[in-house]
Amino acid sequence: MQAKTATGKTIPKLIQPTKTSKWAHTLKELKRNKHHYILMSPYMLIFFSFTVIPVVFSLGLSFFYFNVLEFPRFVGWQNYSRLFLNDDVFMIALKNTFMFAVITGPVSYIACFLFAWIINELSPKIRAVMTLIFYAPSISGNVFFIWLIVFSGDSYGYLNGFLIKYGFMLEPILWLTNEKYILPIVILVQLWLSLGTSFLAFIAGLQTIDQTLIEAGAVDGINNRWQELWFITLPSMRPQLLFGAVLQITGAFAVADISIALAGFPSVNYAAHTVVTHLMDYGSIRFEMGYASAIATVLFIIMIGTNMLTQKMLRKVGE
Amino acid sequence: MKMIAVLRTPKKLNRSFLVSFLLFALLALFGAFMAMPLIYAVNNAFKPLDELFIFPPRIFVNNPTLDNFFDLVAIMGNSWVPLTRYIANTIIITIIGTAGHIFLASAAAYPLAKYRFLGSKTLFSIVVLSLMFSGHVTAIPNYMVMSWLGWINTHASIIIPSLAFPLGLFLMKQFMEQIPDALLEAAKIDGANEYRIFWSIVMPNVKPAWLTLMILQFPMLWGTDGGSFIYSENLKTLHYALGQITQGGIARAGVGAAVALILMVVPITLFIISQSSVIQTMATSGMKE
Repeated sequence: MQAKTATGKTIPKLIQPTKTSKWAHTLKELKRNKHHYILMSPYMLIFFSFTVIPVVFSLGLSFFYFNVLEFPRFVGWQNYSRLFLNDDVFMIALKNTFMFAVITGPVSYIACFLFAWIINELSPKIRAVMTLIFYAPSISGNVFFIWLIVFSGDSYGYLNGFLIKYGFMLEPILWLTNEKYILPIVILVQLWLSLGTSFLAFIAGLQTIDQTLIEAGAVDGINNRWQELWFITLPSMRPQLLFGAVLQITGAFAVADISIALAGFPSVNYAAHTVVTHLMDYGSIRFEMGYASAIATVLFIIMIGTNMLTQKMLRKVGE
Repeated sequence: MKMIAVLRTPKKLNRSFLVSFLLFALLALFGAFMAMPLIYAVNNAFKPLDELFIFPPRIFVNNPTLDNFFDLVAIMGNSWVPLTRYIANTIIITIIGTAGHIFLASAAAYPLAKYRFLGSKTLFSIVVLSLMFSGHVTAIPNYMVMSWLGWINTHASIIIPSLAFPLGLFLMKQFMEQIPDALLEAAKIDGANEYRIFWSIVMPNVKPAWLTLMILQFPMLWGTDGGSFIYSENLKTLHYALGQITQGGIARAGVGAAVALILMVVPITLFIISQSSVIQTMATSGMKE
């Protein structure tokens, strides 16, 4: 009954070429793919209730003034105009977020792939150890407190202690309260943490590449590892590459926890303020949910734009 | 030379020695950078109190001691809710959440990856788009949905939403796309229905993907503290309980280091175990055409 191949699909159309109503056709389609909908339904039901509905609700809320206590009041585009015309801190946050995204996004994406690719050439035992080392920072979530000690402002901090001991300087530097250093430090720690999900997906993806393709490539005249990488490995991994790109984009634009853990909230002169910390400020401290939703929406649109751009670029891989 | 012997050789490509060496050196250098804080965390847990505050600070421990762990046990023994309760709560949430998520996400990903039907494209784009929305503003609508369902202060409020995180479906779909269509068609000709194909053909073939997903989901749930949904102490998780202990400041710095190590060790152990099975399954995988 599942053998609805080309014949099953085309013959009824030939027999009755008269306009079957659009609804009847849709219904038929639904019935034919019944099993697919059944397979998807438990996931989709939960996904829509706890992710899609709240997101849609929040998108709508961005046009309201809502302080959680009173009933929401419609204000139209006011939240957005205030955001872009009247909010200096948001502009700083936007600038910082772009700095983060432009640096950590591509660097960590390329690093994820590069390290996964090198590691994949090692023997299984060493591969296991190296994968663990690179992946461990992102699963041992609470470990980034160590960076607080490394960059601690007194001479007990590791970096200060080290630099003083070896005579690079005499006085300890207040790394995390000096505007000059905050942003680079947060970027560094973010990079350290960011070899996570996509790195793992790349490793798994590299292991599922068809080895016969590589052998065939060698016969067809591919003779160094760079050609193999560009013509065989990368195109075979396109699904994982797209997955990694989306993750790196969301990760790079949504930096907040690390900035708060290292630089405090708010950071000195907003030096490490990001769009998400700005959002948290309005959402969970000032309870201006409408305004916070507008910030979230702007971030959302920026991410979608970046994502579309990246996907376009990734389609050119291996051509 | 020893390093190079490690590289897999039997490929017929011209691999220059110099490039291999440089790539490996790069890997070793960054590996050291990545590992340094973790080595420090491990060492810290075994440091006696006087070494924790030594000047100049040291990474490695001189006189390792288990005192920090004994202190932790002593503090835990005095707590109002027994430690086992927190552990049980965490294990329930983590196991149901992870296993359920892998199953539901795979079931939903299979049709999306392998067939085109009404709404398939739209549904998948919604999943991808939802990844890009900041969770900080959906907290209130989420809370409203939960209270409407009467799930506040139950483990369901943590477990059920975690079953349908968008990330898992996305990952699964990307991996399932690589399964050759010929394999599915052969099964169909042999008389298998969709559910059978999903369970006996597709699932075994994406083992690396579901182990990856498990490694992703597990630490997330392991680290949950109950969020804004769980209030009674009886239902709180281990992460929350240990977090409370370390609030003691400098006096409990040693205990804090021990706690950090415990929270870290469990996901890492799981990772090591599952990783070795990833490598094993790869050797016998029926993925290749």
